[in-house]
Amino acid sequence: MASEPLLRVEDLRLHYRSGNGVVRALDGVSFDIRRNEALVVLGESGCGKSTLAKALMRLLPRNVQHFSGNLLVDGVETMGFSEERFRREVRWVRISMVMQAAMNALNPVIRVGEQVAEPLRVHRGWSARQARERTAEVFGLVGISADFLQRYPFELSGGMRQRAVLAMALVTEPDLVIMDEPTSALDVLTQASIMNALKRIKQELGTSFILITHDISTSSEIAERVALMYAGQLVEFADAKDFFGEPAHPYSKLLMASVPRLHQEETPVHIPGQPPNLLDPPEGCRFAERCPSRFDRCDRDPETFRIGNRRTVRCWLHAAGSRV
Amino acid sequence: MSAPARDIRRSAAGPVLSARDLHTWFELRQWGFLRVGSVRAVDGVNFELQAGEAVAFVGESGCGKSSLARTLLGLHQPTRGEVIFEGRSLGTLDARERKTYLARVGFVQQDPYGALPPFMDVRRILHEPLIVHGVRNRAEREKRAREALEEVRLSPPDDFLSKFPHMLSGGQQQRVVIARALILRPAMIIADEPVSMLDASVRVEILQLLRSIQTNHGLTLAFITHDLSTVRHFAERIFVMYAGRIVEQAPVNELLNHPQHPYTQALLGAISDPDPDNALQMREVPPGEPPSLLKPPAGCRFHPRCNRMIPGTCDQEDPPEFEPRNGHHTACWLYR
Repeated sequence: MASEPLLRVEDLRLHYRSGNGVVRALDGVSFDIRRNEALVVLGESGCGKSTLAKALMRLLPRNVQHFSGNLLVDGVETMGFSEERFRREVRWVRISMVMQAAMNALNPVIRVGEQVAEPLRVHRGWSARQARERTAEVFGLVGISADFLQRYPFELSGGMRQRAVLAMALVTEPDLVIMDEPTSALDVLTQASIMNALKRIKQELGTSFILITHDISTSSEIAERVALMYAGQLVEFADAKDFFGEPAHPYSKLLMASVPRLHQEETPVHIPGQPPNLLDPPEGCRFAERCPSRFDRCDRDPETFRIGNRRTVRCWLHAAGSRV
Repeated sequence: MSAPARDIRRSAAGPVLSARDLHTWFELRQWGFLRVGSVRAVDGVNFELQAGEAVAFVGESGCGKSSLARTLLGLHQPTRGEVIFEGRSLGTLDARERKTYLARVGFVQQDPYGALPPFMDVRRILHEPLIVHGVRNRAEREKRAREALEEVRLSPPDDFLSKFPHMLSGGQQQRVVIARALILRPAMIIADEPVSMLDASVRVEILQLLRSIQTNHGLTLAFITHDLSTVRHFAERIFVMYAGRIVEQAPVNELLNHPQHPYTQALLGAISDPDPDNALQMREVPPGEPPSLLKPPAGCRFHPRCNRMIPGTCDQEDPPEFEPRNGHHTACWLYR
């Protein structure tokens, strides 16, 4: 428990310039993830979860207005790294990523095997043969037969392409793989079998995963820790058992009640209202406008409070907990 | 509901819509002229929908559910079999009658942004079907457009009438699509994955809206979806489709609690509820992927993936429909 987390994120902020002003897409996010741990980042669209993924990989768009915070990999602060050093030592070496809809971004005229092997050739400088052998191994791991190495992307089904991009993230044996909505475009059975593959990979390789999704049900297939984002901030961070069993933040509670469940008679309840505009978020709690338990204190930006050992909540209702 | 009551013409007896031995095949050609076969998107589908009933067609992508919806709408000509609406086969309608049919059946598309013309404002979008169907009086059209917006809870209508689709959120766009489907006062609505492009938090809201409109007006609702976890709340009967066919049909609770077909069982087994224990175990998933509709396997189409396959039967003979439980039909040899 006392050992250094694999990745520690402290007060991460990423603001974009836009035609109408500054979009505060990520506004002070802190969390950490250990080795061989699966963290799920949940949130509605526009809450900043994809921005978080990009910030962690330092794949920033051109219109960044402000990027700050600390990103510690094995205790080593990487924010000061030059782009070249970050690319050489962190990106795709320690942390790799499966981007949203990546399966549709495979190059149609290059064989799948070659594309998946590319990180090895680029980041490790391996020979084509070495890379091919390693790629075949990883294909086995994600559940694709090695025959598919020679195929073109259009010859693969959606599920197979998704496995291929997962293989691409895994070939360099990173410690952490970030996945942005990896299964949301897939069918139920394909989803389940990819989640099975992730569980197996986690067991066999000890890889850590950050799974970014809005699909709470599917995320529970792998989640050990859950981070819930709202309007660019982390509102709750807890063990999956606690989060799914007894959510603490009012938003978490409403969100869990809005999930349709197969074996439940009650109709899921939607959350009224809309998330605030990140161009000009409210000064107090960003969820206050939609919150059924709001009170006068909510006009001030809530601090993050610790409940027990393993849970933090950004809400005044939990002010009895210790400050973080 | 504030919307005025509507006069829904119901046929006294018999189903509103039925499909008999319906086949929709798409011819596949090479170099533009060589026939290389047919994609059997809908391949022998039979069902009957009663007036005022909400049903869901559930299946994975490529099972033919969208082709079925489009065939029901008359957008695809069936290769064989027929669609019967209020006692008349679609194939026998003349041009004028087809137009009337399209006014009686509303369509809610999957992608709201793609379904709304970007260069029309909401007012124009809602007036358009009325103009096409001969409502000449502008004031009357405007009144109905406002009513429709109220009905999908885009109120006050004045805030929305002059907006263009890109100015609306995904949920609002889908409401406009629903308003457009309702504006001709149809007897039936076909909704093709009405919420799959929307944010999770908006989905329930839109589904509830559709359901309440359906019950308020006694509409028949055919709801096409891949998401079994929501159907309980929005449909009374489920049809499960696999590879162009209906493999199982039953009332919602019956089907969810006692799935009979191995495919349905696999599908239900693969769906997670948010439960932290999920992470501790592997899910059972049938091997392989759905077959090519160009050359579907002989016999039962699920047999290559089925763990209860009966050799000599399932891989050779097409299973007919059996009724293992009261009102619960399935095309599977296990129940012969």
